[in-house]
Amino acid sequence: MKKNWWKILSAVLLVYTIVAGLLGPVPALPLLQETIRNLYFHVCMWFAMMILFTVSVVYAIKYLRSLDLKHDIYARQFAVTAMLLGVLGYATGAIWASYTWADPNKPLLNSFSTIARDPKLIGAAIALLVYSAYLILRDAIADIDKRARLSAVYNIFAYAILFPAIWILPRILPSLHPGNDGNPALDVKNDISASMRVVFYPAVIGWTLLGVWIATLKVRLQLITDKKLIS
Amino acid sequence: MKRIRALLAKELLLETRQQYSFYGLLLYIGTTLFVLFMAIDQPEAAVWNGLFWVNLLFICINAVAKSFLQESRGRMLYFYTINNATEFLLSKLLFNALLMILMSGISLLLFTFLLGNPMKQAWPFTGLVLLGGISLSLVFSFLAAIAAKAQQNAAIMALLGFPVIIPQLVLLMRLSSATFSPLLSVSGSAVGLLIALDALIVLMAVILFPFLWKD
Repeated sequence: MKKNWWKILSAVLLVYTIVAGLLGPVPALPLLQETIRNLYFHVCMWFAMMILFTVSVVYAIKYLRSLDLKHDIYARQFAVTAMLLGVLGYATGAIWASYTWADPNKPLLNSFSTIARDPKLIGAAIALLVYSAYLILRDAIADIDKRARLSAVYNIFAYAILFPAIWILPRILPSLHPGNDGNPALDVKNDISASMRVVFYPAVIGWTLLGVWIATLKVRLQLITDKKLIS
Repeated sequence: MKRIRALLAKELLLETRQQYSFYGLLLYIGTTLFVLFMAIDQPEAAVWNGLFWVNLLFICINAVAKSFLQESRGRMLYFYTINNATEFLLSKLLFNALLMILMSGISLLLFTFLLGNPMKQAWPFTGLVLLGGISLSLVFSFLAAIAAKAQQNAAIMALLGFPVIIPQLVLLMRLSSATFSPLLSVSGSAVGLLIALDALIVLMAVILFPFLWKD
């Protein structure tokens, strides 16, 4: 029970996010209106994705320092869970965009090619592609130690190039996405009203903890499966 | 420094001894462009720009792929005993960068020759092309090292490289599209960013290569 407090916290925070997120007060902005509630899901999921990718890289570095296969399993499972959150973030973002950005006079699919050009969407798409390539690289190598080492190297290399690029791209490409005009990040203090921030922060923590929970379950399963390999 | 030079000389010597790969690359550029020439004549600037960079990307994969893949297991072991990782890697990066500078120059010439010249500011564009060639070669050299260690072919290198290179490629296309208008100028800070990214790539490669190197 002592070790499980954060799982309970995660569940409580997510229940709070859903209840307060759907019922709480939100500012009525033109165009956005009630869709702004998606902030608690879409944005928070992508925050959680970034955090989990970072955790994955940290474990990759730990693997290279220790050559302990356990760290490799952690790195892989955190990357997979982050990808799951990334796909969910895409889905929620697509719903949001279809109500706000899409041209109502055209069929929804026709707007897709314009929407998908948005730099933040490109950034998220690249992150997902990089980690898909990471998983393919892993499957391509039969030797376990070599697989762990090469994929850790690729993980660190790709992350180190990807994240500066995600910060640079929005400064160069035009965007409809909020948090624009030279500041690629969401300016939490100014862009989100106080009444929304009380839900936003817990939501980020809640989704991240849920991701960690899923990842640790997968890690434990993998550790049991590979028990013989890891002494 | 001396050893890097010796390794570089060895790469150049190998290249002149086994000229098939160099001429193979030239033929690759030539035929690709000829196909483009047959498919479209005189594309407008935006299309020209897009085709050019995609073409450069594929040339880079072909040019750089063999740098690590050509080394047999025994030869890698030999290099391992007489060099340290950083020198070996730097010589490879340097050689590939030189090769790509040459190849981007040639493809630029052929592009203007066959598909027309939409450039309004030729020198800034040429500079960007050379810089872009170097950026591409750095990223793909390192990924070739990973692919070679994974005992895979060039396909997996392309697979690993495409997502990583997209941001730089977008940046390069964006910057170079400014040179198609007589009024816009290429932003210096963005070029600085590109150079900084290149430096980052070299740094990461130097840090990570020792882990690939030992078996």
